[in-house]
Amino acid sequence: MSSTLLTQVSHLGRRSVVRTLRQPGVMVSAILFPLMFFAITASGLDAATNLPGFPTASYLDFAFAFPLVQASLFGAITAGVDLARDIEGGFFDRLSLTPMRPVALLGGMLAGVMALGLIQGVIFLSIGLAVGVNIQSGFAGMLLLVALTILTALGFGGLGAILALRTGSGEAVESSFPLFFVAIFLSSINLPRDLIESDWFRLIATLNPVSYLVEGIRSLVITGWDPQALILGFGCAFGLIALSLAGAAASLRTRMAT
Amino acid sequence: MSAIGNLASGSTRGSFGGLFSVAGAVAWRQVYKFFTNPAFLAPALFPIFFFIAFAGGLSSVEQVPGFDFTGGYVAFQFVWSLLQAVALGGAFTGFSIAGDFESGFARRLMLAASNRRGILLGYVLASIVRTAVTGGLVTVVALIGGMRPAGGVDLFGLVGLALLVNVAATLFGAGVAMLLRTGEAGPLIRTPIFLILFIAPVFVPQNLLVGWISVASSLNPMTFILEAGRGFLSGDPTGGAFAFGVAVAAVLLLIPWALFGLRGAERAG
Repeated sequence: MSSTLLTQVSHLGRRSVVRTLRQPGVMVSAILFPLMFFAITASGLDAATNLPGFPTASYLDFAFAFPLVQASLFGAITAGVDLARDIEGGFFDRLSLTPMRPVALLGGMLAGVMALGLIQGVIFLSIGLAVGVNIQSGFAGMLLLVALTILTALGFGGLGAILALRTGSGEAVESSFPLFFVAIFLSSINLPRDLIESDWFRLIATLNPVSYLVEGIRSLVITGWDPQALILGFGCAFGLIALSLAGAAASLRTRMAT
Repeated sequence: MSAIGNLASGSTRGSFGGLFSVAGAVAWRQVYKFFTNPAFLAPALFPIFFFIAFAGGLSSVEQVPGFDFTGGYVAFQFVWSLLQAVALGGAFTGFSIAGDFESGFARRLMLAASNRRGILLGYVLASIVRTAVTGGLVTVVALIGGMRPAGGVDLFGLVGLALLVNVAATLFGAGVAMLLRTGEAGPLIRTPIFLILFIAPVFVPQNLLVGWISVASSLNPMTFILEAGRGFLSGDPTGGAFAFGVAVAAVLLLIPWALFGLRGAERAG
């Protein structure tokens, strides 16, 4: 990446972060909603630890992946909506008249997603530790956990960018929220895959890449160092990033051509 | 004469004739709007999705020692999904009222109506019709998913509770929407409804809950309605009378709230 492009990306990335931080409603939703679901699920499903073969005695530890993955989703939607608003408001068009490269806008948006993912990861980790989540992999595992959260946010962010560039409508991006939400719930987010009784649900969860992102994060919390879960988790994160960024780049080219 | 043209044709302002005439016209317009716009099914989508995710993904939870619901996990989750569908039906009616104020339609409606309480009644009636469809959709999905109701005539108890929850949610949403009169009412309607639904025994019966949620759900009126609804569905009704009392009390408490919202809208002009 040339230094000019890097400068452009850093400027637009800063803009993206500042813009998000200046919307208290967005920040509150991005932090409070995942925490609320975490609190409800962790307490409401605590009895599931009594199932034979459940991998941990604490559902609080088991459910800790939930706010991290859900927060990545919120970040992606927020960034996608902001990018769509840039298109709707004409900022994108004005930018294309300047020497600034359009790819910098995309890069800036994704840098903002990663920054938000970092903020969310650190906040959730701090709150998790405060309420008694026990991270079996220790401090190094915590760093890796935040890294995987950021990569997940980047992967979802790429999907948000595709939607924004294809539709150019903030409302359309926002209305895609249930689809992402479905992807999270149709995974192993609430129970380990081997304890899911329904064959059709287990099959969907096995095919759903979100399961491996969840299991990668979860392994650092409840198991310690599980190379297979981590390879699958990081592999899925990088795969999602590669596919979504390729899609976003193609969508950007299409948008620029119109 | 069009439905809205009927608004002022009732008897004198404030009479019962005016009330029902206005209510009928508003309800007809709302129902027409719902059924000519596929988005009216939106309140059913979230409950169906949660039903599939929870009934499918968590069915082994019924093997937890102490899980005493005899109707099966699909039925256990269905009652919560049904109550969610009817409560969201009320919330979406609130969004619709806020939209009517934003577009200026509600202002014209207030000017034309011979009895403004009829507007409120009309929205409630329309919400019941809408919920009958979305609740029916959730029921069909549950039946396809393997739910086998064992309640017989007790099922009417579940239907009655669902109806009261819908009316209560509609009155709550209408009050908020009429006080704020903008789309910003949306989160203020949706968030408390979601909270009251989730701070209840969603995944396991009340006796298996531990920690803060056990205390919170024991104080949550929705818990009594949910547990009684599950009892009606499984043919083992317990606490039905108390649940009906709670639901009727919620409706009675929310009527003044909705009328307060209506007066706020009247004062705003």
